[in-house]
Amino acid sequence: MKKTTFTLLSLLLFSAILAQETKKDSLQPIQMQEVIVIGNKAQLASKQFKILTSIDDYLQKSTKIDMIKRGAYAWEPLINSMPTERTLITIDGMRIFGACTDKMDPITSYVEVSNLSEATISSGQEGACYGSTIGGSIDLKRTRTNFKTQKWNTNFTTGFETNNQQKIMGSAINYVDSLVYVDVDFMYRDAENYKAGNNKEVLFSQFKKRNFSATSGFKLGKNKLVEGSLIYDKATDVGYPALPMDVSIAEAIIASLKYEYAPLKSIITHWETKAYFNTIMHKMDDTKRPFVPVHMDMPGWSKTYGYYSKITAIKGNHHFLVNLNSFYNKSLAEMTMYPEDPNEKLMFMLTWPDVSTFYNGAFIEDQYSLNCHSFLKFTAALGSHTNKIESEFGLNSLQIFYTNMKAQKNRFLKSISSNYNYAKHSVSYGFGAAYGERAPSVTEAYGFYLFNSFENYDNIGNPDLKNEKSIEGNAYLGFKREKVNLKIAASYFHIADYIVGKPDLSLVPMTIGATGVKIYTSLEYATIINVSFTSEYQFSKLLKWNIQCVYSQGKDHENVNLPFISPLRYATSLLYTKEKLSAEIIFQGNAKQTHFSSIYGEDETPDYAIINMNLGYKFNLNKSKVHTKCGVENILDTYYSTYSDWNNFPRPGRSFFVNLSIGF
Amino acid sequence: MKTYLNKIFAIVFMALAFSSCSNDDDNVVYPTANELEGLTKFKEISNDTHTIELFSHTGATQQGYNEIKLRIKDKTTNQYLKNATVSWMPKMHMAMMTHSCPYSEVKKVTATGTLYEGYIMFQMAQNETEYWDIEIDYTVDDVSYTATSVVDVPASSQRTVNTFMGADGVKYLVAYVAPEHPKVAVNDIVVGVWKMVDMMTFSVVDGYTVKIDPRMPSMGNHSSPNNVNATQATVGGLYNGKLSLTMTGYWKINLQLVKPDGTVVKGEAIADGITESSIFFEIEF
Repeated sequence: MKKTTFTLLSLLLFSAILAQETKKDSLQPIQMQEVIVIGNKAQLASKQFKILTSIDDYLQKSTKIDMIKRGAYAWEPLINSMPTERTLITIDGMRIFGACTDKMDPITSYVEVSNLSEATISSGQEGACYGSTIGGSIDLKRTRTNFKTQKWNTNFTTGFETNNQQKIMGSAINYVDSLVYVDVDFMYRDAENYKAGNNKEVLFSQFKKRNFSATSGFKLGKNKLVEGSLIYDKATDVGYPALPMDVSIAEAIIASLKYEYAPLKSIITHWETKAYFNTIMHKMDDTKRPFVPVHMDMPGWSKTYGYYSKITAIKGNHHFLVNLNSFYNKSLAEMTMYPEDPNEKLMFMLTWPDVSTFYNGAFIEDQYSLNCHSFLKFTAALGSHTNKIESEFGLNSLQIFYTNMKAQKNRFLKSISSNYNYAKHSVSYGFGAAYGERAPSVTEAYGFYLFNSFENYDNIGNPDLKNEKSIEGNAYLGFKREKVNLKIAASYFHIADYIVGKPDLSLVPMTIGATGVKIYTSLEYATIINVSFTSEYQFSKLLKWNIQCVYSQGKDHENVNLPFISPLRYATSLLYTKEKLSAEIIFQGNAKQTHFSSIYGEDETPDYAIINMNLGYKFNLNKSKVHTKCGVENILDTYYSTYSDWNNFPRPGRSFFVNLSIGF
Repeated sequence: MKTYLNKIFAIVFMALAFSSCSNDDDNVVYPTANELEGLTKFKEISNDTHTIELFSHTGATQQGYNEIKLRIKDKTTNQYLKNATVSWMPKMHMAMMTHSCPYSEVKKVTATGTLYEGYIMFQMAQNETEYWDIEIDYTVDDVSYTATSVVDVPASSQRTVNTFMGADGVKYLVAYVAPEHPKVAVNDIVVGVWKMVDMMTFSVVDGYTVKIDPRMPSMGNHSSPNNVNATQATVGGLYNGKLSLTMTGYWKINLQLVKPDGTVVKGEAIADGITESSIFFEIEF
């Protein structure tokens, strides 16, 4: 019945679009979305502080994004102060789900900056294109060369960082002609433990990572192409100093096949359909830790099959985007504990009980230009979301807590948003409102004794959770002159049935040393406010000054602080560029975290400020282009930790780096 | 215009195709006529006229609660008796004395079948000098017969029996009956409670409560939620409760035996400083 309703609604939506009137006007290319474009490879180097920076460091530059850090590697992105359950992260539109119950493998860890061309960060419901979200979305778009005359491009990169002796090596090969393009990229990183300020070694912060990415397209006709793509990523011996366990191996295979069609002389400008598959294997272990009450193995697996079909169309004043998408994911995680007495049988449980998620969604966007200065944007999304516990063992386990629980649960997710944007001469502004819903994550609905070392509680999922519902308001005001560019942006989220873990005093924890057991429940509501200010001042053609300030606040219905809400954070930088030479100095810091959330394990984090510097030089050597950058991070060797460092573990101290890129 | 409509319809149908799938899990159970399904013979006892075959699920007997089925074959006709009246008497032969144990009556499993069933709760294991035997008495067409044989009762690897003197001066026996194959789930736990009347007579204790508190000593005495204390559904019967096991491994099920008036006859509640009760069962799976 629901499926029929869904189809009917889709049809209605389509006929509504087609019934729109034709008007002739041009659209203003204003984007509410924040797009960090790295652009082509030549630009990549000049735009980043380090040529071989990590994706995490790179994303962190956005005012919308912050990172929860559990180690030196694979940070968890927060969008609008919200963690990954409330956001949507995709690689080229593909849904991928981490296989780690402790969120040690966010999707962002499976792409390297060297093969990334752009990260589209959408705030709130504007990010609902590929599925349901509350906080927003990040779509990581990989590099792809466009068809042109035959050309080979080879690029070698290498780098070294003194603090953790990180050795970086990479190479990229691109081939293009008028019918074919091939982009291949490989990156290897190998880092030892890093040292916090005052030369304090942070044990278990080492990592090794290899990333291979290949994309190849074939032109099938003047306006048709087919593209295959593959990512293979393998991280080994990854330490998580803030957690009681490390990762022995995390391996991902991400593959897709895409068909693109750009009709000529038609209202449809672009039609892209992609089928994809990805599989992730993640193994946590604690065999290298000196003091563990009980040794554990915690492997996890996540497999996703999906497709999307996205059409953009222009009719008169309307710019349409329609995206139909589905995915089927299976998440399984186990825990095996080894008793001290070797004659005792192993203790085994399913922490993710082989849960399948089947999602079918439709997203529609209409950007309607009112005149040449302003436009309205509407988006709507509908999705059907079905979870099923495929393992009988897992279902039986959860039925210990929920006696009458059924294996399957269906949900229906809705999203709607509207925005008004205006830009004329030096002033631009916009505002919008939205409503969106999300289903609980596998952990929130079906997790079984998952230990959170930050709160020091075991967590039990709750399959009866209601959908989280968010009402959102946003606004921005910008001012742009020849030398000045100012922008202030704010977003407000009122999230009803906000999902958090609540201690259940009747339960006895499983993890030795845990304070207790939390069951996921819904708070009546929570509110999150983010205000950001960015400014850019061009002193001269050579010298640019940037300032960035973000203020966030998160409270629940009883005015209790939410966790991982940033205190006032700021960054300011001076960038000097003269022909082949560039120099940059960055000063960044956080104010004292006073609005911390003690019931979620937070304590007051002191303020900090650090200084980073780099120097870059580009030159040609014979026929090759050489770009080198060297610099110092945390020049003063400050010992510090930020609000988003898991269990207050410290950030790296002073580190010198050298990055080198040679292109042929 | 029409062509686009067609394409759009195509997409919608694609979505439909992806979203419509069904699962038909029809589990058909076929009844079996075989009485011995799931049973293994562990003993044959013979007298001049008959052979008595003893069966159990495991193909053995051991210390603790044993569900035993038997059938009696007439040696001359080679037919199994369907109209016998059967009783039994297990006896422990110790150096200084002989005693019995809790046991049930022997009843026919089905009216038309050949199997008879009952339980025997061997509260102690045999050793090199001390042994159990069973005397089986049966009457067919008003003629009485008897047969006796030694049975093998090795010690169980886990604790399944608690024999103790209660606070009220009565000697109680509390035995683990089920689940035979525990699972990570809410298990139906079955417990037997008897008291010793004299050395040869044991009777079912009625109306008490067996409080259960499962713990994992290897995991910091981790416990599980939603356990239900075992109580009797019918007078003279076994005690039924719910036992939640959150993972595989070694579990200690701490017990308290409680009288209908609420007084604890034996056993301690787990609290700070008290990690186990003086009466308990062990499970390992």
